[in-house]
Amino acid sequence: MTATVAVNFGAGRRLARRFAGHRLALFGAVVVVLLCAAALFAPLIAPHDPVELDTSLRFMAPFQSATHPLGTDEIGRDTLSRLLYGGRVSLTVGLVAMLTTVLTGASIGVLAGYLGGWVDALLMRFVDTMLCFPQVFLLLVIAAFIPPTLLSMSLIIGLTSWMEVSRIVRSEVLHLREQDFILAARALGASSGRIMFRELLPNAAAPILVAATLKVASAVLMESYISYLGYGVQPPLASWGNMLTNAQGYFDTVPWLAVLPGVLITLTVMGFNFLGDGLRDALDPRLTLNR
Amino acid sequence: MLRFIATRLLQSIPLVIGVSLIGFALMHLAPGGPLAVYTLNPSINAQDIERIRIIFGLDQPIHIQYVKWATGMLRGDWGNTFFGGRPVLDVILERVPATMLLMGSALAVAIVLGLAIGILGAVKRHSIFDYLATSGALFALSFPTFWFGLMAIYVFAVRLRWLPSGGMFELGEEDNIIDLLRHLVLPTAVLGLVITASWSRYARSAFLEVLQQDYMRTARAKGLRFHQRLLRHAFPNAVKPLIALLGVELPFLFSGALVAETIFGWPGMGRLFVDALSMKEYPILMGMIVFTALFVIVGNLLADVAIAAIDPRVRLA
Repeated sequence: MTATVAVNFGAGRRLARRFAGHRLALFGAVVVVLLCAAALFAPLIAPHDPVELDTSLRFMAPFQSATHPLGTDEIGRDTLSRLLYGGRVSLTVGLVAMLTTVLTGASIGVLAGYLGGWVDALLMRFVDTMLCFPQVFLLLVIAAFIPPTLLSMSLIIGLTSWMEVSRIVRSEVLHLREQDFILAARALGASSGRIMFRELLPNAAAPILVAATLKVASAVLMESYISYLGYGVQPPLASWGNMLTNAQGYFDTVPWLAVLPGVLITLTVMGFNFLGDGLRDALDPRLTLNR
Repeated sequence: MLRFIATRLLQSIPLVIGVSLIGFALMHLAPGGPLAVYTLNPSINAQDIERIRIIFGLDQPIHIQYVKWATGMLRGDWGNTFFGGRPVLDVILERVPATMLLMGSALAVAIVLGLAIGILGAVKRHSIFDYLATSGALFALSFPTFWFGLMAIYVFAVRLRWLPSGGMFELGEEDNIIDLLRHLVLPTAVLGLVITASWSRYARSAFLEVLQQDYMRTARAKGLRFHQRLLRHAFPNAVKPLIALLGVELPFLFSGALVAETIFGWPGMGRLFVDALSMKEYPILMGMIVFTALFVIVGNLLADVAIAAIDPRVRLA
């Protein structure tokens, strides 16, 4: 492997490291694109209807038949089809939650950073307060209050995880607002709203993009956990989380039913994490200094 | 130092008020509000509910209700559970030791392993080890903890039968420390893995930062040995942000403990929370939310005090 060759050479080692770093980000990007494509084209790729059951074909093992490539579950539903449709759920919730997070976090961050004074103090105390709550606790309580839909789950996840984004945006804005182009915009008579959302936010796009990518990963994780506990996507609709709940009952006899959704959750989360980490390396020179 | 602690305590007050406001709001947002248990009970009619509303003071203006509720919380009156009518605070406090044991052992594992991996990665920066450790940590952080726990149960409890699959004790073995430790291994490993991964990343960047400082070069020029430089010069400086992190990461630790406890049936606060969730025990849920948040505030306070104790620049500023 490249790594072993590079051991003795300083420059080679650096190169190997850089290449490997990019390779992980590249790997993340490929995984993300493949998963998105699979979710998008699920109706075309899926060999069966994900809720169609066939009790004569229960617990089929993977790679045994061409009609059910990844086998069937406890009531004979096609595992591959369910995984594909489950992916749609995970990615939809992940993306919508991320959008909620970014919209809320960026708005609060830019308001606090640009307006300063008591607005800043108040908003940041609110951020501090929200950060005191363990996210899973808050999530589960609210998820138990309202009947779960894809939208409600995304909103709950998004509205309990925007605090980091607002801190990032605020510190970025504090630095940006002292720069000449903001002075110029003000001199030209631009309104505060225009300065905040047309001048400041676009210039803070890089750290927001990095945070957004990483937020998709954590949102996918949260969705699968809520659904696993039964407060998320309700059966018969498939999600990777509730597929795991079902599989748990047949653990010792058919472990693959529990392995497959878990592998896909890991792969998705990892894809977005690697991509986000790579983006951070590429976009944020201050953080790259320490690498 | 006393002045630092006093200032820091004062700064916590708005947080405590904020936490109580959110807790109060959640309780009123719950379906059925604070009286949900009575509305669900078929033998209680609307008139009774109206009477209970007045007895509990729920007909009063919302701000008066809040003040009453908050002062009650301060006095230790956290309300009673729906089923059984036990004081909520007692029910929660019962579960604290089990969670502390799990979180403590996972944290201990994570701090030792995470620091070791992080320091080694920082010292041998860009080495194969560093590369494997950083990408391995990111990989571990992508694991869904609950799935990892299920797989661990499958391998070590179901297939290999080395360890128990859940709970804290075998029946009749309540005082057996070996039995307790055997039950502790899997939940600790599962919770510890994620924390170790994040700690190794933070430790690495904290040490990288410190190792580049001028005083490290001075120490080297003085002829100090490597381990002397690392332990006497680098460690106290690098460890400060990590102590702060200990406070900041507390909510994640609670979230992780909740996940580990539900998978392994560990009888701690997380398990209590999930059980309360399925029984719609709103008083326990609200109590838990406020309790964990207050715990986090205190944890952050202690972390800051610890940093001030190490670093005079912080306490005199």
